[in-house]
Amino acid sequence: MADVKLHGAWASPFSCRVVWALKLKGVPYENIEEDLPNNKSKLLLQYNPVHKKIPVLVHGGKPICESMIIIEYIDETWLQNPLLPSDPYQRALARFWVKFAEDKSSVVWTLLRSSGEEREKAKNESLEVLKTIEEHGLGDKKFFGGEEIGIVDIAFGWMSLWLGVIEEIVGVKLLEAHLFPRLYAWTKNFKEVPVIKQNLPDRHELLLHCKGVREKSLGSSSSS
Amino acid sequence: MGEVKLIATTQSLFCARIQWALKFKGVEYEFIEEDLRNKSPLLLESNRVYKKVPVLLHNGKSFPESLIILEYIDEVWKHNPLLPQDPSERALARFWAKFSDEKVIFGAFGACRTEGEQQEKAKEAALESLAFLEKQLEGKKFFGGEELGYLDLVVGWIPLWLGVMEEIGGIKLLEEERFPLLHEWSQNFHQIPLIKECLPPRDNLLSYFQASISYHRSLAAKKP
Repeated sequence: MADVKLHGAWASPFSCRVVWALKLKGVPYENIEEDLPNNKSKLLLQYNPVHKKIPVLVHGGKPICESMIIIEYIDETWLQNPLLPSDPYQRALARFWVKFAEDKSSVVWTLLRSSGEEREKAKNESLEVLKTIEEHGLGDKKFFGGEEIGIVDIAFGWMSLWLGVIEEIVGVKLLEAHLFPRLYAWTKNFKEVPVIKQNLPDRHELLLHCKGVREKSLGSSSSS
Repeated sequence: MGEVKLIATTQSLFCARIQWALKFKGVEYEFIEEDLRNKSPLLLESNRVYKKVPVLLHNGKSFPESLIILEYIDEVWKHNPLLPQDPSERALARFWAKFSDEKVIFGAFGACRTEGEQQEKAKEAALESLAFLEKQLEGKKFFGGEELGYLDLVVGWIPLWLGVMEEIGGIKLLEEERFPLLHEWSQNFHQIPLIKECLPPRDNLLSYFQASISYHRSLAAKKP
């Protein structure tokens, strides 16, 4: 098999998704840490000229961009430990929740970067997102993938660590156990999965990093 | 195979893709026209999260989100494949589909519905995104190669819908000298009988976009 490289960043939940998928499949790879946001490597810009973003997976010299598209590529290339179900209806359902995660997760990053009225709006939108997942997404299963984690769990993986960090920094409580019992239980179970446990950023380092992101955003908006 | 129904509107470019895919596969289906100002209980039940069209109904299950429906159709009816077989080619097709839906459609609509300086800025971004698509056609008759494929159906809104948006918006984006390949592809695409069969009448689309663009412009005029 040709070699596999991952251009990523330790603090990025999008990057971590790809790490989790590669580790779940037991695929050896070389990790290339990109210095974001201002010192991206020439290779990254060459591999992802459209978005200039991480993660990018490079397999046998061919770049694949967009984290969830990379996950599907990994699942189709290395067939052990499937991340998507085999039944077409279940696959469509999984892809639906992946798209939901992609389309709606950004509101939590808006929360991190905002204050005042914008912060309130982002907080309320984030609660709506959690409510939808709680009511329609998980059901009574342990994981979105059933007894084992799958592609949807990977897509929502940011809720298991990044969400709590953002809540702490911004001073809001979103994912409360009594409001979202299923999701809350899911975050605990997800973090216990060995591959996930061993491949999460250090919480304290992440907190400092995200604090920096917030300060930079609020600093630049208050000076304009 | 169970019966197939499609909850859709004739004007929606997202719905047209699904009709094209079903016809491409020779799948019989019932078209259920939805009135989006007065959504039916069937739609609200079939797409509880987004309440949007298109929704495919098959074997007692409902499938929302057009790109997901396309993949489902390709997996259930395996003849005349829409997506390429090779995983890296599939990843590329999915990448450009996501790009089309996130950047090209809304970029073009943004350029058509705005005015003045805002329109100039939006036009730059829209032209840049079209240039990326143009490049994908190099050496090919269709995005799928010699024959139609998934990406042709996804980008298939361009010949008719973009033309109408441009006319109402008073702006030209898809100029032949600037985008010769996209221009030629548009002609070839519209020659295909199954594509032509599912196009809404141009007058219908003109009225729709006239109303939509006027509404957006009046909202923008009210802002301080």
